[in-house]
Amino acid sequence: MVRFQNVGMRYGLGPEVLRDISFRLAPGTFHFLTGPSGAGKTSLLKLLYLATRPSRGLITMFDHDLSHTPRHRLPALRRRIGVVFQDFRLLDHLSALDNVALPLRIAGVKDDQVRAHVIELLRWVGLSDQINARPPTLSGGEKQRVAIARAVIAHPRLILADEPTGSVDPDMGMRLMHLFLELNKTGTTVVIATHDQHLIESFRRPVMRLDNGELVLPQEQAA
Amino acid sequence: MIQRLRSNLKLADDPAGRYLPSVVATMVFLAVLALVGAIALQQATETWSRSIEGSLTVQIGDAKARDAQQRIDKAVALLKAAPGVESARPLTRPEIDKLLEPWLGKTAMDADLPVPALIDVRLVKGAAVDTAALASQLQQAVPGTRVDDHKPWLASMVRLARTLQWLAVAVVALVGLSTVALVVFATRAGLAVHRDMIEVLHLIGARDGQIAEQFESQTFRRAAAGSVLGLVAAAAIVALVARFASALDAPLLPSVQLGPKSWAILVAAPVAATILAIVTARLTVLTTLRRMT
Repeated sequence: MVRFQNVGMRYGLGPEVLRDISFRLAPGTFHFLTGPSGAGKTSLLKLLYLATRPSRGLITMFDHDLSHTPRHRLPALRRRIGVVFQDFRLLDHLSALDNVALPLRIAGVKDDQVRAHVIELLRWVGLSDQINARPPTLSGGEKQRVAIARAVIAHPRLILADEPTGSVDPDMGMRLMHLFLELNKTGTTVVIATHDQHLIESFRRPVMRLDNGELVLPQEQAA
Repeated sequence: MIQRLRSNLKLADDPAGRYLPSVVATMVFLAVLALVGAIALQQATETWSRSIEGSLTVQIGDAKARDAQQRIDKAVALLKAAPGVESARPLTRPEIDKLLEPWLGKTAMDADLPVPALIDVRLVKGAAVDTAALASQLQQAVPGTRVDDHKPWLASMVRLARTLQWLAVAVVALVGLSTVALVVFATRAGLAVHRDMIEVLHLIGARDGQIAEQFESQTFRRAAAGSVLGLVAAAAIVALVARFASALDAPLLPSVQLGPKSWAILVAAPVAATILAIVTARLTVLTTLRRMT
């Protein structure tokens, strides 16, 4: 599903923030991505959610060689990816419902189907009483749950979550992790970027560790 | 088109675009006034042409001279006998006074001015009359006569009217260009304000076209509101000016009679302004997004 081969990335003319990154993500797998601050986790996630292109190396996603994929084909690939941003990146002028509905509306799903589906998911993440609330009125944990609901609503094939349990209490954190596990069981590939060693140890899944722009992998994931 | 203009991603309002309705209203107001001016001039030239088509005017010396009536009768007889002439009728003094009134005013009419006698000559429709030959014949038979077919006067009036019409067209074109520039500015400002939001929409999988539709939708609402406002304001001003002009009693002033064709042209101005704004917004967004991400 995802394959990185000798990928390097730099911002502008600066030094490489990722060096010789090579790995594979098979369909239906679940991975943690960890490493100290500044190790390159966010940059690697940016490459994975197609926000930027690598400076060198080869990335293949959903059988598409990204170096040869024209710009106008990227939206279709991005719709197969659900992203939970560390800073949530919710649209402040939209209600929780409209924020979560965005991926479905972008995909052209009819409004009558969107509403019921979104309300059900918001209820599941414990926000049934905040459906019409706008992000500025929500707590950090509530925003995080809206962001997660938005990432999973369209049943993406790949979910990337940057510190998805960082702003919620441990109980809700576990509940959200189980949501990711449920989605993983249906064949969705999941990558959770986190500093939380306790979380990583609790779930015993393969760990990709970044250190100073270089990736340390479990044996089975080497490209 | 209407389906595409329904915004379902609900882009947030941005301050730069809030002025668009008033700017478009001003532009449409100016364009409609320029168009009304052009239509009035067109109608005036047509009326002038119609009124003198197939007619000549013959002037004979001083109408108060002793042998004036004799000279007039001789000229009328000659004119009636000429080929291509349908009728020749001397104008009465009150008719001559009425013709001179717009130029000299009512009080001047009371003065004892030396006014020439005038003969109104109607030509057979489609007849090719040699005006120069007729004038020469008249001059020989009744010295001191002058034949006027009004063509030099009409030509210069039509030339002036055409120049003013082109000026009106230039004003409309300039207004169109200004509208484009303002919409480009407002759209770019909107893109800058919404940069983060657009990035999120892109990362969720929105195509450039979908993002452009949000701007089109906003621009449509604002430009349409401005266009209607501009048209209503211009129509009110035109009605007011027409009312004052009719009270002036100035026969040479062109009057504006707006028929269905003229109204269609005037209503097309706000429609065109709205379409121009939508297309400009779309192209600006697509061009800018290609450079942005």
